[in-house]
Amino acid sequence: MENSTINNETSSYLDMELLRFSTAGSVDDGKSTLIGRLLYDSKSIFADQYEAIEETSRRKGDENVNLALLTDGLRAEREQGITIDVAYRYFATPKRKFIIADTPGHIQYTRNMVTGASTSNLSIILVDARQGVVEQTCRHTFISSLLGIPHVVFCINKMDLVDYSEEVFEKIKKDLEAFSSKLEVRDIHFVPISALKGDNVVNKSENMSWYQGSTLMYLLENIHIGSDYNHVDCRFPVQYVIRPQSDEFHDFRGYSGRIAGGIFKKGDEVVVLPSGFSSKIKSIHIYNNEIEEAFSPMSVTMTLDDDIDISRGDMIVRENNQPNASQDLDLMVCWLNDKPMINGGKYALKHTTNDARCIIKEVKYKVNINTLHRIEDDKVINTNDIARITIRTTRPLLFDKYSRNRITGSLILINEATNETVGAAMIV
Amino acid sequence: MKSYNLTHLEELEAEAIYILREVASQFEKPALLFSGGKDSIVVAHMARKAFWPAKIPFPLVHIDTGHNFPETIEFRDEFVRKIGANLIVGSVQQSINEGKVVEEKGFNASRNALQTVTLLETIEQHKFDCAIGGARRDEEKARAKERFFSHRDEFGQWDPKNQRPELWNIFNGRKNMGEHFRVFPISNWTEMDVWQYILKENIEIPSIYLAHQREVFIREGVIMSTSSFIQQRDNEVATNMQVRFRTIGDATCTGAVESSADSIEKIIEEVAAARTTERGTRSDDKRSEAAMEDRKKQGYF
Ligand SMILES: Nc1nc2c(ncn2[C@@H]2O[C@H](COP(=O)(O)OP(=O)(O)O)[C@@H](O)[C@H]2O)c(=O)[nH]1
Repeated sequence: MENSTINNETSSYLDMELLRFSTAGSVDDGKSTLIGRLLYDSKSIFADQYEAIEETSRRKGDENVNLALLTDGLRAEREQGITIDVAYRYFATPKRKFIIADTPGHIQYTRNMVTGASTSNLSIILVDARQGVVEQTCRHTFISSLLGIPHVVFCINKMDLVDYSEEVFEKIKKDLEAFSSKLEVRDIHFVPISALKGDNVVNKSENMSWYQGSTLMYLLENIHIGSDYNHVDCRFPVQYVIRPQSDEFHDFRGYSGRIAGGIFKKGDEVVVLPSGFSSKIKSIHIYNNEIEEAFSPMSVTMTLDDDIDISRGDMIVRENNQPNASQDLDLMVCWLNDKPMINGGKYALKHTTNDARCIIKEVKYKVNINTLHRIEDDKVINTNDIARITIRTTRPLLFDKYSRNRITGSLILINEATNETVGAAMIV
Repeated sequence: MKSYNLTHLEELEAEAIYILREVASQFEKPALLFSGGKDSIVVAHMARKAFWPAKIPFPLVHIDTGHNFPETIEFRDEFVRKIGANLIVGSVQQSINEGKVVEEKGFNASRNALQTVTLLETIEQHKFDCAIGGARRDEEKARAKERFFSHRDEFGQWDPKNQRPELWNIFNGRKNMGEHFRVFPISNWTEMDVWQYILKENIEIPSIYLAHQREVFIREGVIMSTSSFIQQRDNEVATNMQVRFRTIGDATCTGAVESSADSIEKIIEEVAAARTTERGTRSDDKRSEAAMEDRKKQGYF
């Protein structure tokens, strides 16, 4: 690495942002190669890691060093030669730190993609230039949109195998635009790449002078993520109450948690739900630093002017902008467990910092995730199925629609006997 | 226009603090595994921040192999005193004395594997239902899939095929009798993030992380500190070198790197230019390519 980069990294780390993205593609579209390429070209690979895959490639008789091996994981999948779960990878450039949720593209692994997508700002969807838009592409796009990922980048890969043809790229782009227009995706990009040869991944391609757009890395480093969080509707789910038993802080009562939306300021009039008591924010702390305002995704501690009984699961909001409160919820659920969902069954649920129980009231329809058609005659919900359901909870939840707020709009369902997380749900 | 954006370190810290508070809320008797290494120091530092002005609502647990660098133990005691935490020590030596484990013999003898037994015993003895650790996903391939809330069966075993999916920032810590959890608040941090955070927060660390003169010898390309716990072969001649440690584990299997980085800033420059991953200096991982995975299944951190 050159000295200039090193100095840069030491001094500018205080301005670096964090971008979380997930990757999706069908088997053999080149996802592992692309991730390996990003890591390698951004110089995020250490010598011992590179030597290890060089050695393995040689042993297997590969001609080139197989960059895909860098993201190879657990032994089970080494034996089967497939990725079976979400794996997280990290790399950084002087501008941003990146967290990759690497999720497999097989049909039976929708749940993994949903898991990886749930925390992502951006989704990379790979398309093989020779095959164009296939069923899986639609499925990956649908899941990205369902999970509310703000930015989607389609990488048309293996351009080297179609003579770097502009025509091929434009055709696929048109197809994808047509399909995406049926979905809610805020921000879409298209990049023609060759993960194997490196064209337009980190370095601009010399083989596609017709392409005027950005490289994938440029997009990753520069896409505006400042508005990915909701900074409008003030939501503070109380996570933990701090009451030090010390003389110095005898009367201190702090409400800790992570801001789920909006901007809270010292002096703001607030309402505590569900009790409905109102008060004023006396102070906001991060450790012993008092700060003037707090926004998502900060973890803070607040104190209020009045002594109100507040506990975990309560929510602090603004008077004129309150969340919904209801026991009846409409959900899009992705089923994660091998045992099918029981219609009429009871499940435990977790929503923000709240625990409750619920009963499945109705299955309205299942979604065919390849065609987006509704299936109304088969209501058995198996692993990897996505369905529209209604539930009734033991007590009212304080929530927003998922499309408005990914934190207050999401919940998980839990099997009460095994304690496994069986469903991921978005409130509609 | 004002930007409502956090830096990567602020966001990572907010995430870790959120997880530490989740642990305090969801478990009855959690404990923080504290090795005196930089990762566990960073976690303890954030635990202090998370519950301020109250004290950390759970004890620190040190699994002591008995093969420590003296600097680590000094540091540990001073650190615990300063933050007013409660320290519990689980001793591998005691497990050996009680015949629960058998000491490895020979040149490559190490107590690293024995730690697992002592750890599980300490958890059982104190009825801890959750152990917070400083492991990071970037350390090793097998850890790339580890959850923040990692479920362990009643034997402390990790089943990579049967982990609960983790979505959004909702963590499911529900469990049946006898089962427990390992929780890793800094899963998403890299070695670089940890050093940058230590610099930003001005966190004290044991002196052996910084370059110093030390008597060492070379074994299979790894620089090892001479010590009464390690048997040297005849051809393993001791020399003096300027070195520092990138991780602090059992003194018998933690290698040093040659370095002149005597400040955190210089360490960051060095990490940026580093040629080998951190665990590359730990000889216990070299025993087999899948070494870590095997140990994890048995209940290692
Ligand atoms: N020619 C060419 N081959 C590629 C490209 N990207 C990936 N491949 C090859 O496609 C195959 C599958 O790639 P891999 O990354 O393992 O796919 P994954 O299953 O999506 O992870 C491998 O043989 C790669 O070498 C590319 O851009 N051009």
